[in-house]
Amino acid sequence: MEIAVVDYKGGNVQSVLFALERLGAVPTLTCDPEVLNKADKVLFPGEGEAASAMAALREAGLDQVLPSLRQPFLGICLGMQLLGQHSEENDTTLLGLLPFHVRRFVPDAQHKVPHMGWNNLQALQSPLFAGLTEQDHVYFVHSYYAPVGEYTIAQAAHPAPFSAAVQHANFYGVQFHTEKSGAVGTRILSNFLEL
Amino acid sequence: MIKKRLIPCLDVRDGRTVKGIQFEGLRDAGDPVALAARYAREGADELVFLDITATNQRRQPLTELVREVARVLDIPFTVGGGISSVADVEALLLSGADKVSINSAALARPAFVSELARRFGSQCVVVAVDARFVDHQWQVMTRAGTTATGWEAVAWCREAANLGAGELLLTSMSHDGTKAGFALDITRAVSDAVPVPVIASGGAGQASDFTAVFQSGGADAALAASIFHFNETSLPSLKSYLHQAGIPVRL
Repeated sequence: MEIAVVDYKGGNVQSVLFALERLGAVPTLTCDPEVLNKADKVLFPGEGEAASAMAALREAGLDQVLPSLRQPFLGICLGMQLLGQHSEENDTTLLGLLPFHVRRFVPDAQHKVPHMGWNNLQALQSPLFAGLTEQDHVYFVHSYYAPVGEYTIAQAAHPAPFSAAVQHANFYGVQFHTEKSGAVGTRILSNFLEL
Repeated sequence: MIKKRLIPCLDVRDGRTVKGIQFEGLRDAGDPVALAARYAREGADELVFLDITATNQRRQPLTELVREVARVLDIPFTVGGGISSVADVEALLLSGADKVSINSAALARPAFVSELARRFGSQCVVVAVDARFVDHQWQVMTRAGTTATGWEAVAWCREAANLGAGELLLTSMSHDGTKAGFALDITRAVSDAVPVPVIASGGAGQASDFTAVFQSGGADAALAASIFHFNETSLPSLKSYLHQAGIPVRL
């Protein structure tokens, strides 16, 4: 199986590569449209700030390439958010593959921002979460979130429910870090590779 | 709901863990990679690696060690000690560190915090604050706790969060090593003053100290070293204790 990890100098990709290697996969880090098109699975990690990530994608021409992909595609963290329409983070236009608008958490005394740490998943609705329950925890680090909508395939709460994972057609996204979520994250990555 | 985090801290020097580790079954007890993997298996929520000699000797943190840790570890980890440039941070993040912890460099030049937050995102910028209770005041110390800065702790923490720190690691030097419990008052004051998560450090001696720092101290996470290294309190038993005490933890 050919597994491509999108390289656009916009994220910490090393942890995702290591996690795939722990599963016995041999991922290719690439921004080459041909390699991306031919891959069986594409992973799209992202960290940092939305506007500069979108600028880096445009610079590499990936804003045109990624939406045309047809194989199972997994955006991680900022990589998930970039699949939406628009982000409040520096008023950024996103890739537009899913209908959500990314909003900022508002902190209160009990709920710090960034939402950082282990939170449990709720309302699991995808083969991506095969074998998991609502007692399972994954690791989040983010200040912006996608609201719950018809595209939501898992939720978490901080304190209100938000999209922990989204899907439209072949495009999947997870707000949490699968590669840093222990055995639960490994199972989700493994489930993705089996889609 | 988000869970309270337990974070073992590994002090490293020349690529080895220091502080006399006494785990059974670890052939090479000083190997930070093996120790990190063991903590992860036992339920650590994150790990922190501190290069303890780095600041005074101005030595670069060990990116090779970071790479080896990232290869085996499937939970987040932070690296700190002597980080003073954007290039230091980039090297560590590219090697697989999830966050970096900065201390003296942030005090020497607060704009450094903003530069890191803009370039890499607040989520990976931890500002470590060493505070000591002197003359009825919590004073911020620098250069491995050797020099007073003139900052009052809550004021500096608020400033660090404003500059773009995504998290604060607050160590009470007055409690560190005493095993008499965390500094609850300053932890609560900082936690109430900033919107970002606060990791409490210094003074962990027994399980009830963790209950106190999460409840009275308002900490989001608690960091400890020797209590875990010397196997005085195992992570699974501590988590089970906290769960029974009504503290939300990841079991």
